[in-house]
Amino acid sequence: MELDYSAEEEEFRARLRHWLGTELPKLPARPDPLDWPARRAYDCGWQRRLYDAGYGHVHWDGSPTRRLIFLEETERAGAPYVGAGFVGLLHAGPTIAAEGTPEQRERWLEPVLRGDAVWCQGFSEPEAGSDLASLRTRAVRDGDAYVVTGHKIWTSHAEIADWCELLVRTDPDAPKHRGISWLAMPMDAPGITVRPLRTLAGTAEFAEVFLDEVRVPVANRVGAENDGWRVTLVTLSFERGTAFVGEVVACRRVLGELARTARKNGRWDDPVLRRRLGRLGAEFQALWRLIQWNVSEAAATGAVPGTGGSVFKLSYSHARQELYDAAAAVLGPDALDLGREWPRDRLSSLSYTIAAGTSQIQRNIVAERVLGLPKGR
Amino acid sequence: MDFRLTDDQRALVRGIRDLLGRRFGPDALRAAAGADGAGELDRGLWRELGAAGFFALRLPEDAGGVGLGLPEAALLFEEAGRALLPGPLVATHLAAGRVPGAAEGTAVVTRADGGLVEWLDAADVVLGVGDGVTPRPLRSVDPLTPLHRLAYARLDTGDVPDAHEASLLTAAEQLGSAGRTTALAVAHARVREQFGRPIGSFQAVKQLCAHMLVRTEVARAAVYAAAVTADPVEIAGARLLADEAAAECARDCLQVHGGMGFTWEAEVHLHLKRAWVRAARGLGGAVAEEAVAESLAATP
Repeated sequence: MELDYSAEEEEFRARLRHWLGTELPKLPARPDPLDWPARRAYDCGWQRRLYDAGYGHVHWDGSPTRRLIFLEETERAGAPYVGAGFVGLLHAGPTIAAEGTPEQRERWLEPVLRGDAVWCQGFSEPEAGSDLASLRTRAVRDGDAYVVTGHKIWTSHAEIADWCELLVRTDPDAPKHRGISWLAMPMDAPGITVRPLRTLAGTAEFAEVFLDEVRVPVANRVGAENDGWRVTLVTLSFERGTAFVGEVVACRRVLGELARTARKNGRWDDPVLRRRLGRLGAEFQALWRLIQWNVSEAAATGAVPGTGGSVFKLSYSHARQELYDAAAAVLGPDALDLGREWPRDRLSSLSYTIAAGTSQIQRNIVAERVLGLPKGR
Repeated sequence: MDFRLTDDQRALVRGIRDLLGRRFGPDALRAAAGADGAGELDRGLWRELGAAGFFALRLPEDAGGVGLGLPEAALLFEEAGRALLPGPLVATHLAAGRVPGAAEGTAVVTRADGGLVEWLDAADVVLGVGDGVTPRPLRSVDPLTPLHRLAYARLDTGDVPDAHEASLLTAAEQLGSAGRTTALAVAHARVREQFGRPIGSFQAVKQLCAHMLVRTEVARAAVYAAAVTADPVEIAGARLLADEAAAECARDCLQVHGGMGFTWEAEVHLHLKRAWVRAARGLGGAVAEEAVAESLAATP
């Protein structure tokens, strides 16, 4: 039970910190958050710099501890987060690395690491939300290709993506979890229509994707035919287990800013608000320690993050919403000004208890897979 | 960095869990709580704890101690909390090496904390109660923790010796209790049937249990880390989460047990009552929240 980092890890941290110090001043100005092509160029440009400096594959180089240090240092330095690279770097990439053939790994991983390829996620469907496995998008084999027809939704960055990690039903007669396959679909294939959806935060973060007889080569299937659900669980465990690490660091920074802002604008005199921030401080500190706990487990066992990810996600998604509610209390009337960052983040935080598995589904996972309670309705 | 328990730490936990399971298992707990002399301390058990190194754990080996640190102490107190072991454990542990007999378990030491004194009549040595102060007995909510009230409340906890360590060890006890009530709720939900099915198959019950685990695991990360860093602000935060986990998990456990949970038959009520008593020890609630808030505003 120790929290000190090894000399080698500290050396990695020092080198990274130095590199960030020299590299960040060279970065161009951040693009308009609503200009997705500009955001893609900016995020991919940053990924390219990381790649050239040898940090490109830090998210899946096998050392969870180095990854933790990377996220801590980049966030502390105010460096860009993965942004448009989210699905490729934190999601599809690790899945292909774990489940793909040598050819598939060679074909898809390098472009993601170099910042040349952006991926999106085609999992959710209008009729299959929390019950993801009930998806209906069909893929019918025709020679060396699947012909895909269906409708995906909540597909982040679809209009700027080159590839889509796509779940399709390849055996409509099999039990619902057993007839699914995982495909890599090129987003420029004929038959794909992307319609952006406006979120309650006013942004067009994600889209609906309509698929009309899209031909996807059989060679683009990752894992065996009808074995896509297992591959998906590998993906989801990445998503829930470690994808939020950088955000927790960011939340801790925001919390400090909230306290200092409150001190400046006089709201600090309110003991109820002070105690509320103190409570959140304790919680985010604990979440950070929980991450270190999960990372220690992952580093020691070499396994992808397990159900500990559900415990973390449940707690984090609620804490994040409470954080931005507290931010509104600190801001007072300014909390209703969408020209400011915290009110916008407050709206965005509402997605956290829904995205990547709702809190209700996460609790069922914890109850059944960790606590061993019987399955039921 | 490897935050996980070492093999030695796991062995330590197993050892104390075996000892407590043998000497103070659930049946002994119920018997003690139901007995007329519930306010009496089991001196034999106290000496056994002393012999096992419970109190001398952090004394150097050349002083007759075990030479271990705060993380190991936290693990022991977690087990004590899980078993709901009665007695002024924290005060005696902190007095080891300073009060003769404390380290060996031959002396029972208590101390004033948060305006209360636990186990006053059973103690050989009482710390922190000045001359001329007459503690007034309360009819304690917890049948296994006799309480006396001091005429004044110590709001400034700075003058209580080892206040932060005491708070951390209390947090560890709370954590153990939260883990125990979570396990009790889950065990009950798996076997208790209603409408022809185990109640644990119903989402409403299942989600209650899952929430208990989440609260416990978050508190665990906080308590273990605070034991490693011994940082006063981190200890305050851990205490906050552990107090909450113990009380809320006990409540939820009671809920899962339904009507039986409201009776003396189930052991749940004992956990809830002890959680309340522990939460009243100094450096709890508001003090902790203010301490963490202050550190947030101070960080550049």
